[in-house]
Amino acid sequence: MNIVKYGAIVLLTLVILAGIGIPLSPAPQSWLEFPVIPGLEEKARNIFFHVPTAWTTVLAFIVSMYFGFRYLKTRNLEYDLKSVTSAGLGLLFCILATVTGAVWAKFNWGSFWNWDPRQTSIFILLLIYGAYFALRSAIEVSEKRASLSAVYAIVAGLTVPFFIFIMPRMMSGLHPGAQGDASGSGPLFESGMMAGNMRILFYTSLLGFNLLYVWLMDLRLRVARIDTEIMDQRSED
Amino acid sequence: MNLLARTSAVFVKDLLSEIRTRYALNALLMFVITAVAVILFALRGDTPGTIVLAGMFWVVVFFTGMSGLSRIFVSEEERGTALTLQLVAPPGVVYFGKLAFNVLLTLVLVAGVTVVYLVAFPGFIIQTPSIFFVTLLLGSLGLASAATIIAAIVAKAGSRGTLYPVLSFPVVVVLLMTVMNATIKSLDGEPFSTAVVDFVVLISYVMVMTAGSFLLFEFVWKD
Repeated sequence: MNIVKYGAIVLLTLVILAGIGIPLSPAPQSWLEFPVIPGLEEKARNIFFHVPTAWTTVLAFIVSMYFGFRYLKTRNLEYDLKSVTSAGLGLLFCILATVTGAVWAKFNWGSFWNWDPRQTSIFILLLIYGAYFALRSAIEVSEKRASLSAVYAIVAGLTVPFFIFIMPRMMSGLHPGAQGDASGSGPLFESGMMAGNMRILFYTSLLGFNLLYVWLMDLRLRVARIDTEIMDQRSED
Repeated sequence: MNLLARTSAVFVKDLLSEIRTRYALNALLMFVITAVAVILFALRGDTPGTIVLAGMFWVVVFFTGMSGLSRIFVSEEERGTALTLQLVAPPGVVYFGKLAFNVLLTLVLVAGVTVVYLVAFPGFIIQTPSIFFVTLLLGSLGLASAATIIAAIVAKAGSRGTLYPVLSFPVVVVLLMTVMNATIKSLDGEPFSTAVVDFVVLISYVMVMTAGSFLLFEFVWKD
């Protein structure tokens, strides 16, 4: 776990320093310069923070669904603990992705919120997390809470592919890869506007945020286990 | 008894108990009339366009459904008959029986909303009936399939009334966006072929939801 911890700290420090510090240049000469992307300019730096948080949100949701599924199979409350911990982190990263995205939208598209398909998707994901925790708080018995919330997470997860694969192609949108944008996953990746050094920093950031997620997951699981132990001791006294 | 006969037995049981009390049907009808009256007051004689009309149509259907579709499982818990039903029928049979009843209730509901809309809004003219009826059919199937599994969850959870729309909305929002899209096309008189994309999405939604709910229902239903 120490590797994960120091890895997350080192990689994310590097990403923050390099992502903000490396200067832009219209014709990059050395590897320590980013090219200017028309229409994005300095705002392009947000890609090192916005995309990895959004990615981690989806990862946390999949992990939460997976442990929910394992709970239903085994009825082991440890899996439910992992499922809810991952969902909590997913909510945190979801808020971060929404805020970084809204700020980026304000300066690139003119307003914080445009109901672009991807913005709609992240809004629905926020609602799913909100509903998940509302459901959990409504149930007292822990076994019942675990199984009902696991089923809800999976049912809600069934609709996620519609948002990722179908909605962006049916509705017109502003994100790269929307309807009418022939360049697939986006101009930043496909048309070579993102230089090699930007790509490397981007993947570093992706790895860094994933390690951060694993580290936070471990910390919160340990706290949750200590909490349940204290509760058990209190009920014995 | 084979599975089909047992499923229809669950369906007939719910249908009979509904016909005797007419509780859900009356409540839904009053809800539709109240909601449309509120919209008419808010409009003050203004004539909204097709986008607003199509949107409002499904807003009324969604919230009316949210007030009545959870009853199918909540009533079993309230009357204390859930355990008996668990003993006499396997979960899959109960699920499909309840789903069939909710599909019927939703179809009656959308038919009612359509009639009320045709009377209340002069601008609500269905120019392409084929798109409209397929949308109503697939939309009802999708709404009922999502509403049934959420109803099963909510019935087992403590606070029943308030939680139901909160849990349902994120799950049905894909469906609502697609049916609204298709309804606009039917009001604008576009040809049937333009709405095929929406129908493919709706059909896949219904299949994914029904299959997923069928597999997961057992974990909700069995205590």
